[in-house]
Formats: sequence, structure tokens, C-alpha cells
Amino acid sequence: MSPSLFFLLASLLFSIGLVGIISRKNLFVIYMSIELILSSINLLLATLSKVLGDASGSVIALLLIAVIAAEAALFLAIIIHLYKRHKTLDADKFNKLSEVN
Amino acid sequence: MLNLIVVLPFISSLIIALVYLSNTNASRHFFYTLMGVGSLFVVTILSLSTLYEIIQGEPTIHSTLFTWLSLGSFNIQLAFMADRLSVMMISFITFIGLLIHIYAAGYMKGEEGYGKFFAYFNLFIGSMLLLVLADNPIIMFIGWELVGLSSYLLIGFYHKNPSNITAANKAFMLNRVGDFGFIMAIALLFISLEGTGFTFDSIEANISIISHADMTLIGILLFIGAMGKSAQIPLYVWLPDAMAGPTPVSALIHAATMVTAGVYMVARYSFLYIQIPDVGLFIASVGAASALFAAVLATYQSDIKKILAYSTMSQLGYMFVAVGLGAYSSGLFHVFTHAFFKALLFMGAGAVIIAMHHEQNIFKMGALKGRLKLVYITMFIATLAISGIPPFSGFFSKDAIIVATFAQKHYILWAVTTFTAGLTSFYMFRLIFTVFHAPRKEKKTLHPLSKSMTYPLVILAIGSTFAGFINIPQFLQLPDIIITLKHSNELMIEGMNVAVGVSGMLLAYRIYAFKPKEPQLKTLWCRLATNKFYIDEFYTAIIVKPLLYMSDFIAKVIDPKIFDGFINLNVTLYLASSEQFAKLQNGNVRFYALYILAGVSVMSFYLIFKLGVFL
Repeated sequence: MSPSLFFLLASLLFSIGLVGIISRKNLFVIYMSIELILSSINLLLATLSKVLGDASGSVIALLLIAVIAAEAALFLAIIIHLYKRHKTLDADKFNKLSEVN
Repeated sequence: MLNLIVVLPFISSLIIALVYLSNTNASRHFFYTLMGVGSLFVVTILSLSTLYEIIQGEPTIHSTLFTWLSLGSFNIQLAFMADRLSVMMISFITFIGLLIHIYAAGYMKGEEGYGKFFAYFNLFIGSMLLLVLADNPIIMFIGWELVGLSSYLLIGFYHKNPSNITAANKAFMLNRVGDFGFIMAIALLFISLEGTGFTFDSIEANISIISHADMTLIGILLFIGAMGKSAQIPLYVWLPDAMAGPTPVSALIHAATMVTAGVYMVARYSFLYIQIPDVGLFIASVGAASALFAAVLATYQSDIKKILAYSTMSQLGYMFVAVGLGAYSSGLFHVFTHAFFKALLFMGAGAVIIAMHHEQNIFKMGALKGRLKLVYITMFIATLAISGIPPFSGFFSKDAIIVATFAQKHYILWAVTTFTAGLTSFYMFRLIFTVFHAPRKEKKTLHPLSKSMTYPLVILAIGSTFAGFINIPQFLQLPDIIITLKHSNELMIEGMNVAVGVSGMLLAYRIYAFKPKEPQLKTLWCRLATNKFYIDEFYTAIIVKPLLYMSDFIAKVIDPKIFDGFINLNVTLYLASSEQFAKLQNGNVRFYALYILAGVSVMSFYLIFKLGVFL
């Protein structure tokens, strides 16, 4: 299998994640989209590690999986906390940083 | 010594001003009088000794105070020059100025601001001396401006009355119009001399490098300056209004300083004016017109000081006729004699005004002949002098001017000046007969006059009588046009002048000595003449009003609508656009991600399609 298929898959995953972040309102879906992007990065790292014959890429990918797991715990905790305070998961309601309103 | 003559009045003025400002309420009558009159006394002695030196045969005295500006090879020095012309001027300026100072000490006694008055007075004399003794046109211009300033201060001396302030402003602004002409002339002269030195001596030596057209322009511009200072048509309207100042100020302005500056300046530039006789003829025509016009106005005035003001304008017209026709020494001869009798007339008028408890309308006076004997006799002498009756001084100088017009075959000018001489005699004797001979109209007792007010009158009366016998024209040695006239013709003109003067006097005696009547506003002519031909109103309508309308238009339309509108439009646009941009910053992270995506996409497209980068 040529590595370009892997690159294509990584790009697809990244794009889907990006579009998900931008177009969806639900915090969970946004979170899942971020996970998708991270997965695409992982895939890219692993692929390049294989293509270039360098193991350090794979090592970083493994390390990244651990980081993503930790981040998932943190993210889910934040979402639950937000839901408790505001009784909503709509991302557009969380606009405290806005200047206009 | 020349330095001292100019600097002393300024120093004494400064000292008086500082002492006055230290406590404006203290009456330091003695100190102010001593400083004001004393410094001028010293200056008079110095001027007369300079005169003596020049008579002894000294050609020209130069003296430098300090170098004012040093720009490479070009220097402006604060330097003074005394030749025959300027020494004659400073002699009578300081002498008559001294008498007016002594008179003012009596006239102003006990008035508020006595110290301030003398500070201004000395400043006035100092400025005039600076103007006359200046060695180059720039220093002359400084003196010229200072004279304008001090006249402004003195005309507005009674500053509590708003109309006096208006008069002072009017004098100052009209003088500025003239000053504009003067400074343009100096600039043009400087450019056309191409850096060959800028003192009067070197200008005279290099006059030939200036083209005829430039010279004509310079001559006209200089004369515009003279018009302003010497109150000629059309810049004369300030002179009658300047009567708002105290009477000694009027005497000083009209006799010794200020108004003679214009005539002096033309004579100072005589080396230039002899090259351009056409401009000279123009000057003479303006002078003759002013002389006639002012004389007509004077016959319809009833304010004693305004009559004298118009008579000054009329006599200045004569002087300009003379200098315009190249008879410089005759013109300055008239300046000299005029200084005596006009100072005397004003001081006499001031004495009458004080005695009558500040009444200025001549038709409310009468029969003062016996009660103010000394004033009557001295003013009568001055009136004889101004009317050109021999052997009083005015006869000689005025006659010289009228002869000059006839000898140069300008018969219109000759007719105008002769007719004006008759009018002069008429309106001056109208004043004398109404004030001193006509029956008594009021029952007030007269206010007593101090000795310092009457003694100067006597000295000036002696001067007015005998000043004509001093042969000023021969002393001056100016570049006059040589006049050839048959002796019989000259005698005929002289005889005619005397006849005209005497007939004016007799006419005035018939009309005004017994039953004087104030001019009634019946006929159109009377109404025109008493209202000064509505010239003031005319100037207001064509200059002041449009200017006001224009300022109003700019303030109310152009400024708020166009300029402010443009700025406000910018502000509105900026606000509107920032409002649009603020919407982008909505605090929603998803949108920020979208912006990042858009930015990255644009950059990628740029990289790929513009720079051709392919992975």
C-alpha cells in the first residue's frame, strides 16, 4: 500500500474534524471533532515514522495517545461542569468573551 | 550723541512705566513731570547742539549703536544718520515736543494715569526720533511702526469710553494698511538692489541699477505708506477720530510727530522720486485733492478739535503737493512752519476746552476775547500764520508751494491750492470769530489755566511769527527741481495769495463775528458736508460689512458644514466600520476557528497558485 493513501485518510480525518468544530453547536460533538483531528495527527506521525524508517515518530504517537486520554478526562470534566452551571450544551451560549452582545 | 538722542526718551519712558506699574494709584506728580519733561529737555539740548554742529559745516554725522542682525556679508545695524534734513526735523520735533510736554503737565494735572501718559508720550517722541534719524529703511520702519503703536495707545488713553477705543483701533488699522505698502516697498527695494548695501547712502549711490518700472512701483508703495501716516485720501478717516485722545496728544500727533512722518519719508527718498516724476505728479494730485476735500469738510464742522484736525489734513495736502512736484525743501519748510502754528492752535484749543469745562462745540462758546486774552492773541497769530498772511510764517512756506505749482505749469493744482488757501483762511477765522468775538452764550465762570499751559503758547506764538524768516530751503540742500519764474509773476501770485487769505478772513468776519449759526441740515450740500460726505459709511459698506458677512458666512456655513462635516463623516464611517468588525469578535471559539481556517486557506491558495509551492 502506498503511503499516499494514509496521507489522504489523515487529511480527510483532519478536515472532518475541522468542519465539525466550526459547524456544530453541541459541545460533545466539538469534543469528538477535536479527537478526530488528534487521531489524524497520530496517523500522520505513525505513517511518516514507517516511511522514513525512524522509530521516534512512533514513540511520539504512543506518547500522544496517553496525552489524549488525559485530555479526554479533563475535557469531559469541563463539559459536565459547564452543564451543571448553565444547563445547556450549546456552544454559542458560552460567549462571555464577546465584546458586542 | 545721536545714540543718546534716540535712546534717552525710550529709557525715561521705561523708567516712568516701571515706576507707574509698581503702584498705579500713587500720585508721584513731581517725579513723572521731572522724568518726562526733564529727559526731553536734555534731548532738545542735544538735538540743538547737533544742529549747531551741522551748521558749522559737518557734512553728515553717522553713529552706530550696535549691529542688530548679522547674516553673512549682510548686516543690519541699529545706526543713526544726521544730515541737514534729519537734523532740521529732530530740532523742531524735540523743541515743540518739549513745549507740548510742559503744556501737558498742566493739562493732565490730577488726571488718572498721569504717569502712564508721560510714559506713552516719551515713547512717542522716541519712536519719532528713531524714524527720523534712521540710517537704513529697516530701522526707519521700526520707528514707523512704533509711532503707530504709541499713537494707538495715546488716542485710546481715555479707555473707559468705548468710542475712544474704536477711534484708536481705527487709527491703528488704517495705519496698518499704509504700513503694508511701506514694507512691500522696502522688500522690493531690497530685492532690486541685489545686495549692494541697504543704508540710505548706499541706496542713493546704487539707485541707477533699479529699473524704471520697479522704481515706479516702489515709489507708489512708499506713498501708500505715507498716505496712511499722513492722513491723505483715501486713508485719512482716522485723523478726525483721533481727536478722542487728550488735546496734548492731538497737538503732538498733528504738529511734531506722526503726520509729518509721511512727508519726511518722501523727502528722505527724494533721490528715488526725482527719477519718477509721473508718480510725483500723482502724489501732488492726491495732496491737492486731500487739501481741498479737508478744507471743505472743515468749514462745516462745529467741534473745535475736528476743525483743526481737518486743517492738518489740508495742510499735509499742501506738503504733498510740494514734495510730489519735486519742491522738497518748500514742502519741508511748510512742515517746519506748520509744526509751530498747528501746535499753537491745538494747545490754544485745549486751553479753551479746559476753560470752558470740556465744551468742544464752538457754537456754544463766545466772547472769550476779553476773558482769555493771552489765548486769544496767540491763537489769532497762529490763525494769521495758517491763513498765509504776511509776515507770519505760514505765508512764506505756503507761498513757496503755490509758486512751485504755477512755475511747473500745473495750473489745475495751482487753482486748487489757491482756492484752498482762501478756504483755509475762511474756516480758521470762522473758528476764531465764533469762539472769541461772537456774543456770549453761557454764564459759566471759566476754569483757571495753569502757567505751564499758557507760557508755551507765548513761545510758540513767537515761533509762528518768525519761523518763516529762517531760510530752511537753503539750509536743507535737497535735490529740488529748479524753478524759473519771472519775478513779476511771482509777485503777482504772492499778491493773489494774500488777497485770497484776507478775503476769506473778511467773509468769515461778516458771517460769524456777530451772529454765528451752527450749520443747518437744510440743503443737500450741507447735509453731505456735515456728514463728511458719508465716506465713513461708504467704507463701512464696502469694506467692513462684506468682511463681516464673509466671516459670518464662514463661521456659520463653511466651517460647520464643510470642514466639520468632512471630519464628522470620517468619524461616522470609522464608527460604522468598527461596529462591523466588532461583530467578528463574538467570543465564540468556533468562529475563531473558522477565521483560522479561512486565513490558512487563503495562505495556502497563495502559496500554491501564486508562488507555485508544491509538496
